[in-house]
Amino acid sequence: MLTDRRIGNLAHPAPAPIEEASAPEKGRSLWMDAARRFRRNRAALVSLAMLILIVLFTFVGPLLARWDIETIDWTVVGSVLTKGMPSFETGHYFGTDEVGRDLYSRVIQGTQVSLTVGIVGSVIAVIVGTFYGAVAGYFGGRLDSVMMRFVDILYSIPYMFILILLLIIFGRSFIMLFVGIGLISWLGMARVVRGQTMALKNREFVEAAIAGGAKPLTVVFRHIVPNLLGVVAVYATLLIPEMILLESFISFLGLGVQEPNTSLGALISEGAQTMQYGTIWQLAFPLIFFVLLLFSFFFVGDGLRDALDPKDR
Amino acid sequence: MSNEPGIQRGDELLRVEKLSKSFMIGGGLFRKPVELKALQDISFSVRAGETLGIVGESGCGKSTLGRCILQLIRAEEGQVLWLGRDLGKLAGEDLRLLRGDLQVIFQDPLASLNPRMTVGEIIAEPLRALRPDLDAAERRERVLSMMSGMGLRPEMINRYPHEFSGGQAQRIGIARALITGPKLIVCDEPVSALDVSIQAQILNLLSEIRDRMGLTLIFISHNLSVVRHVSDRILVLYLGRIVELADSDALYDSPQHPYTRALLTAVPVPDPKKARQRNIDGLTGEIPSPINQPSGCTFRTRCRFAEDRCGKVRPALETLPDGRLVACHRWRELELAGGA
Amino acid sequence: MSHPKSDVLVVDNLDVIFALHEAEVRAVNDLSFRLSEGETLAVVGESGSGKSQAFLAIMGLLAKNGRATGKAVLGGVDLLSLSTAGLNQHRGKDIAMIFQDPMTSLNPALRIRSQLSEVLVRHRGFTPEAAFKEVIAMLERVGIPEAARRANAYPHELSGGMRQRVMIAMALLCRPRVLIADEPTTALDVTVQAQMLDLFKSLSTDFGTAMLLITHDLGVVAGVADRMMVMYAGRAVETGPVDDLFYDPRHPYTLGLLTSTPHIDKRQSRLTPITGAPPNLEHLPDGCAFGPRCAFRFDRCSLDRPPLGEFAPGRRKACFYPKPLIGEEDAA
Repeated sequence: MLTDRRIGNLAHPAPAPIEEASAPEKGRSLWMDAARRFRRNRAALVSLAMLILIVLFTFVGPLLARWDIETIDWTVVGSVLTKGMPSFETGHYFGTDEVGRDLYSRVIQGTQVSLTVGIVGSVIAVIVGTFYGAVAGYFGGRLDSVMMRFVDILYSIPYMFILILLLIIFGRSFIMLFVGIGLISWLGMARVVRGQTMALKNREFVEAAIAGGAKPLTVVFRHIVPNLLGVVAVYATLLIPEMILLESFISFLGLGVQEPNTSLGALISEGAQTMQYGTIWQLAFPLIFFVLLLFSFFFVGDGLRDALDPKDR
Repeated sequence: MSNEPGIQRGDELLRVEKLSKSFMIGGGLFRKPVELKALQDISFSVRAGETLGIVGESGCGKSTLGRCILQLIRAEEGQVLWLGRDLGKLAGEDLRLLRGDLQVIFQDPLASLNPRMTVGEIIAEPLRALRPDLDAAERRERVLSMMSGMGLRPEMINRYPHEFSGGQAQRIGIARALITGPKLIVCDEPVSALDVSIQAQILNLLSEIRDRMGLTLIFISHNLSVVRHVSDRILVLYLGRIVELADSDALYDSPQHPYTRALLTAVPVPDPKKARQRNIDGLTGEIPSPINQPSGCTFRTRCRFAEDRCGKVRPALETLPDGRLVACHRWRELELAGGA
Repeated sequence: MSHPKSDVLVVDNLDVIFALHEAEVRAVNDLSFRLSEGETLAVVGESGSGKSQAFLAIMGLLAKNGRATGKAVLGGVDLLSLSTAGLNQHRGKDIAMIFQDPMTSLNPALRIRSQLSEVLVRHRGFTPEAAFKEVIAMLERVGIPEAARRANAYPHELSGGMRQRVMIAMALLCRPRVLIADEPTTALDVTVQAQMLDLFKSLSTDFGTAMLLITHDLGVVAGVADRMMVMYAGRAVETGPVDDLFYDPRHPYTLGLLTSTPHIDKRQSRLTPITGAPPNLEHLPDGCAFGPRCAFRFDRCSLDRPPLGEFAPGRRKACFYPKPLIGEEDAA
């Protein structure tokens, strides 16, 4: 590697005291650079395409469905193994579940729920975690100690236990699920952001901003946070599958979303229980979607990390 | 930014009084942190229109001093008086509004520019913060005129820092420092990260704007040749203390402190014949750790003139007849010849 | 200055090319030079001049995307044609390199004595005891006080100057014929740098080691080197004895470097910098690469590239300008 940062963007100056550069006049921001690097990453691109396809499918899929998620197809009840198989004739493209409901619709709905849970958890983490971590890291001192001890305390509580208690006390609902996931998802993000902020706040451009008369919150949100967004984006992307896994685990325990709504975790749980009867499709379809989703998010997150890695600059 | 009409060339602009700063390092739950004395008992003043050079080797506290003056680091003892007001006592808005008068240029030109902002935004940033009366168009106009003064083409305004070379990035940093019309600029190793040919361009640019705008500069550097080139007076630091403060020519022609002399003779001269003839006043050993400083005169461990009392009594900063300041017990006895 | 000594290292037509994503960049272009026994050759240039890459290439230490062509003959062997295994027989033994940051080449987990003895045991077949003795002697030689005690230290326990001395000791243990020093004093304080330069001077006389000193600091060159080679945009633009280049530079870039450097013993009101900035290696101008920044250029400079030609015994330049650049009266 050429150790010279000039390579790629310099100059053919005429002998005048003015330095000239022949690069295009429109600036090439670091985000654009990162996007270029991301586009070179095959696995990440394929995964991104896969994610887009899955999301599109959850919107377009229902239009093709001949059954909704709760109607029981009485013709297959009692003989799911023989009549509930995936078939175009019956309209159950993915077969039916054990009670005769259309698995195609239920997988779509489960995917939607899982995606929503993952994205909501991640968005909460981004908003709360970034704000919290940046403020704690930048102002430091006692404020930082108090804020981070609070995070430590939340971390040390067995969150799964709390979440299960919440769901039992307040009943199973989407809202409670989001509240529970939101409560814990931002903790890791806050720590990551705080660490990055502490590293950034001693950088010269931050000192320059302070010397330039910027107010403390301007420094945090105009100078520090934009430089954190790379890390935040990567972490948030990797947090989505983590949240999906978490939700699946809760649903697997039977505490997730309420019937007739479902999620991939709940479907996998049901499928796993009925696998022994030979209705393997009840496990296979949700599992395929689940695995595709997780893999895609992980690869996209990895690709983002490589693209935004400051070492590469 | 209000140009107080009262200030004349030669008036005292900044006065540092008995400034001390230490850092606590290490330390954990069961370990006591150790105290690193970065600056001790620093007093000097800066007059309007002059350039004060601050030199010293690594760990001497020169960058800390610059940051203490700007209140980027708060010193625990002593005062930094800006036109008579103690900056150390100001906080929040009072201090923030004064920042237009005191600006800074950093060593690493690229690290001092926010990588996510365009050049135009970077240079306009102090105006946004300190001149809310200006609208976007006025800001842009000022940025453009400042850019052309720094030798940057107007088309560069929408580009990002990483698209520039070190020399251009430093021009951007200088433009940002100048945009509020400051009275004093602290230059912290402004050319150390640049190639020789670019270094000369930036040094010339700094001299030129200083003369044109009547600026006062505090020029911090480890490179004595560069400091000599720009400074009127020079302050030499060793382990956080002033060892000598004198007019530039006097200091180079007849250093009074053994450390100053050693420092001057150690600078490699880009002239082979002189380099061969020079006798370097070779210092043995290296700078002691600022955590465990020697007793008495902190330089005595490397000084070949050191005697008993140097280890017992710390030499006071004495004023010599020609007005310079020296902290050495033996300056009267030692006939230290000039630099090279 | 040009005594007929035998050459230890002969480099011919060295090219170093880096494959970037979009294009190939030629960091070093057609570099040829010879290094005689016991001589110190300073290689001067700014960042991007290729001065470091040329020598990393000779040492087989280029980054993954770089490749080198040409010849670098040391003791009858072309280093560039060797495999890594073949190169390892010579690296450290016949040719050694020290870097600006000694920490990058010292293993932080090993005591100084173990790292240094290992070199002797491996390359020169010493017994561990004999190796240890030799290590202590060498550490003392490079000016490390209390060498026996310091030898037991780990690298991070030493100061920057001490580490650089350890690196030098390590490089000299096998009595290499060529020592490449890449900005060896740049990270050091002035007073420590002065000690280090003294050490370099005595090393070449004591050990007869030929030294390649890569630096951007003309002060360092003036104090230590016998000959110098100025590089610009990947090519050598002027070579010759140090005194000649300092007092009678014939390439405008050499002159520009000299006038850009502030002197501590003179007070100048303005420096005379080189205008503009170094060129982008991906898009070098036609003709002379320095042309656009040159005050002496004329028509031909933008058409042809001046070759590096000998114009006086022992002196070469790559410039069409026929006359001396400094008037006779200034040169004195």
